[in-house]
This record gives sequence, C-alpha cells and structure tokens, in this order.
Amino acid sequence: MAKNPAVKRYTRRVLILSLIYAALLCGAVYLFVHHLLSGPAAWIAGVLPALPIIGIFVAIGRYLVEETDEYLRDQFVRQALIASGFALSIATAWGFLENFDLVPHVYAYYAAILWFAGLGLGACFNTFQSSRGAA
Amino acid sequence: MKNRLKVLRAERDWSQGDLADRLEVSRQSVNAIETGRYDPSLPLAFKIAELFELSIEQIFTSPSRENDQ
Repeated sequence: MAKNPAVKRYTRRVLILSLIYAALLCGAVYLFVHHLLSGPAAWIAGVLPALPIIGIFVAIGRYLVEETDEYLRDQFVRQALIASGFALSIATAWGFLENFDLVPHVYAYYAAILWFAGLGLGACFNTFQSSRGAA
Repeated sequence: MKNRLKVLRAERDWSQGDLADRLEVSRQSVNAIETGRYDPSLPLAFKIAELFELSIEQIFTSPSRENDQ
C-alpha cells in the first residue's frame, strides 16, 4: 500500500538508520585500523555501529504498533516469525558445527544479517500465499 | 471464511479499491478477505456489516455451517 503512512514512516526510519549505520561503521573501522582508540573509548566506538541496527529492530516494532491495517500487520508478523525461525535455526546448527570444529567461527552479528535475509524469505512466502488465492 | 463480499461490492459497482477506501484498509486486505485467505477481526467484520447495512451473518458464512450450503 504505497500511501500507507505507517509504511512511509517505517521506510524513512530504516533509511535514516541505514545511513547512520554506514557512517558509524566507516568511522569505527577507520579508528580501529589506525589504532587510534583504546580502553573505554574503544568499547564505545566498537558498539556504536550496533546501535542503528538495534534501532531498525525498534523501527520494526514501531511499525507493528502503528500499522492500522490488520491484514498488513498480520502479514508482517508472519514475515518476522519466518525470519526468526530461519535465523535461529541456522545460528543453532552453525553453533553446534562450530563447537565440533567442523566450520569456521563467524561473528555473532551474522545472526542479524540472517534475520534480515529471513525477512526477505518471509516476504517471498507472503507473495506466494497471496498469488495462490488472488482474485 | 466464505463470504458475499464480492457480490455485495459488485452490486454497488465498487472496485476493491473503492471498498478498501470506505473501510479504511488496504486493497490487499479486501482481496484477502474476499478470497477467504484472511478472516477479519470482529471490529472489521462489524465495520463491513455496517457499511453494507447487513448483519455479519448475512455477509460471512460460519465455518461450522459451510458444509450445509
């Protein structure tokens, strides 16, 4: 629904947070590559890129609260559940494989990347379901 | 859930978009309800019934009675 104000607000928030993420990540990488930080400052700079990502999770929560169309809300909840199942399943399986030294170590933030990929899968599932019964 | 939404809409010569605007929902919602892919909440079912000036039972078929028809 192109004119849906909740979708518009969600899209705007995600875009702004993505830009902030890119800026903070570039800044943090620069500071660490040049060894410009240590101690508490390093901890703060290290966690800064995570904050906009957390913000995107908050934006998703805000969208679910602000969306007045119950069908669209239902669709997005299903999409998020698929994303959660997808990310948690892969993270769990990978964790055991890593524990038995069968796969290399991956950073924990890949769970978030998997979750966002799962959102895409959920969107595909919703589209497939809609096309099956479309009038 | 089976319903007469498509027929009622056609009687008034409304498109799915027209009905969606009147119900203040998305066109996708109307399509999903019409095709039985989504069962509306009770408040939305009442809104639909009030728009067509009918009772909910005159628009939606109870799932337990679908085999009777």
